[in-house]
Amino acid sequence: MSLLICKDASFAYEGHTVISDLNFSVNSGDYLCIVGENGSGKSTLIKGLLRLKVPQRGSILMDEGLKSNEIGYLPQQTIVQKDFPASVYEVILSGRLSKMGIRPFYSKLDKTIAEENLVLLGIEHLRNKCYRELSGGQQQRVLLARALCATQKLLILDEPVAGLDPIVTQDLYKQIFKINREMGIAIIMVSHDVHSAVKYADLILHLKGQQIFFGKTSDYVKSSVGYGFLGGE
Amino acid sequence: MVNILIQMFSYPFLVRAVIVGLLVSLCAALLGVSLVLKRYSMIGDGLSHVGFGTLAIATAMNVAPLTISIPVCVMAAFLLLRISENSKIKGDAAIAIISTSSLAIGVVAISMTTGMNTDVCNYLFGSILSMSHADVKLSVTLSILVLGMFILLYNKVFAVTFDENFAKATGIKTDIYNMLIAFLTAITIVLGMRMMGALLISSLIIFPALTSMRFCKQFKTVTICSAIISIICFFLGVVGSYVYATPTGASVVIVNIGAFVLFWFGNLVRMKVNGVKSINGIEKRGIK
Repeated sequence: MSLLICKDASFAYEGHTVISDLNFSVNSGDYLCIVGENGSGKSTLIKGLLRLKVPQRGSILMDEGLKSNEIGYLPQQTIVQKDFPASVYEVILSGRLSKMGIRPFYSKLDKTIAEENLVLLGIEHLRNKCYRELSGGQQQRVLLARALCATQKLLILDEPVAGLDPIVTQDLYKQIFKINREMGIAIIMVSHDVHSAVKYADLILHLKGQQIFFGKTSDYVKSSVGYGFLGGE
Repeated sequence: MVNILIQMFSYPFLVRAVIVGLLVSLCAALLGVSLVLKRYSMIGDGLSHVGFGTLAIATAMNVAPLTISIPVCVMAAFLLLRISENSKIKGDAAIAIISTSSLAIGVVAISMTTGMNTDVCNYLFGSILSMSHADVKLSVTLSILVLGMFILLYNKVFAVTFDENFAKATGIKTDIYNMLIAFLTAITIVLGMRMMGALLISSLIIFPALTSMRFCKQFKTVTICSAIISIICFFLGVVGSYVYATPTGASVVIVNIGAFVLFWFGNLVRMKVNGVKSINGIEKRGIK
């Protein structure tokens, strides 16, 4: 069952096309990595998928069962967050916000789900810690738990391992892989780390101003695009 | 001490000033937490200068100050917000231009009408005599509005402050909340400006939030503490200014500085005792 179908979509800033001719689809339970160099349009596409940017041409269709408030999103960290005084629990609970509508306060269900995700990511001992005092890897886990509070279907991650050391990076990749396999949540991840991308993802979307590859990871490794980008290994 | 308070509150104008001041400091502290964390502190400062300009023009045109100040400041707040969000224009430079322009316009307007007299001094540094009955009513209404908004929208304000992109992606209309915060900030500033002074009012927004961030680790406690700190500091400032016959606005700011230094130092001592090396984790990790 398709969660999301991108049909001939193009995105532009002030009439200047950044990325064009996108044709791909993501089924439920898929793990898709979007790779490409800086400025290849990855972040723009993410904005499009999150409905923050309207396509210039073409369309992005969501499956009927997927509403825009059912997408979990792990954005890149901002400077604001680096010294933000908030407890881990407060941050994770805020992931339930999209389900609240006009209801002003969190329900018992919201709190239960937040607690469950704390346990799932193994950060229950950090529950009352201040977000700004955590290490980079712990912060990403907190934001991942928040994203999980918002979704049961699709998780969109924008360079989740940026700035993390190699060990923490591998841990986080494994955690994301586990979420994908065990909970059946589809993953769309933007990544600079193409080697890890081919290691974990089922599908690869390679961008360079337009779509230059979309397909199974095994095909990508054999293709000329993938061969070149992987450094000819 | 009790005698001083009884003596103080026998003056009706002082009672009015204290009521308005306490309510304005409460609102400013609540709004300030969000503004400081979003790096919008300068908006408060810019708005107070715009307020000065409008106040001067209103006096020159001989109309009630609030009828001009409130709409102009609200418009300026939306403008400043737009500028800060637009990364193409350098936000801080634009705010500096707007605040100095309004200051200049205000000074020229005053000198062309009444001349540079004590009025200017009152506008810039505040006067405790300036609170009317209408101001009391307006500030009560405003503080109910701000308090109500804060309680009902607390979780959304948190989300919009902590991570605007995430909030936007999950379908929250962040622009509306930003505009609401800017709108309420503009009104708070206009109300508090004549008592605290155009040059000093933004301290009510910035100091309590910064002070409570020294020792609070949760957004909820930061918000509550800055409201309490702000109210206590204002009250001590007013009493101090009465006892020592110093200008009210400046006295309140000095008490706020005192509180900030106290908590900063207290936190430093606590860190030393606990053996933690950094204050807020930035130094610990380095900015990536």
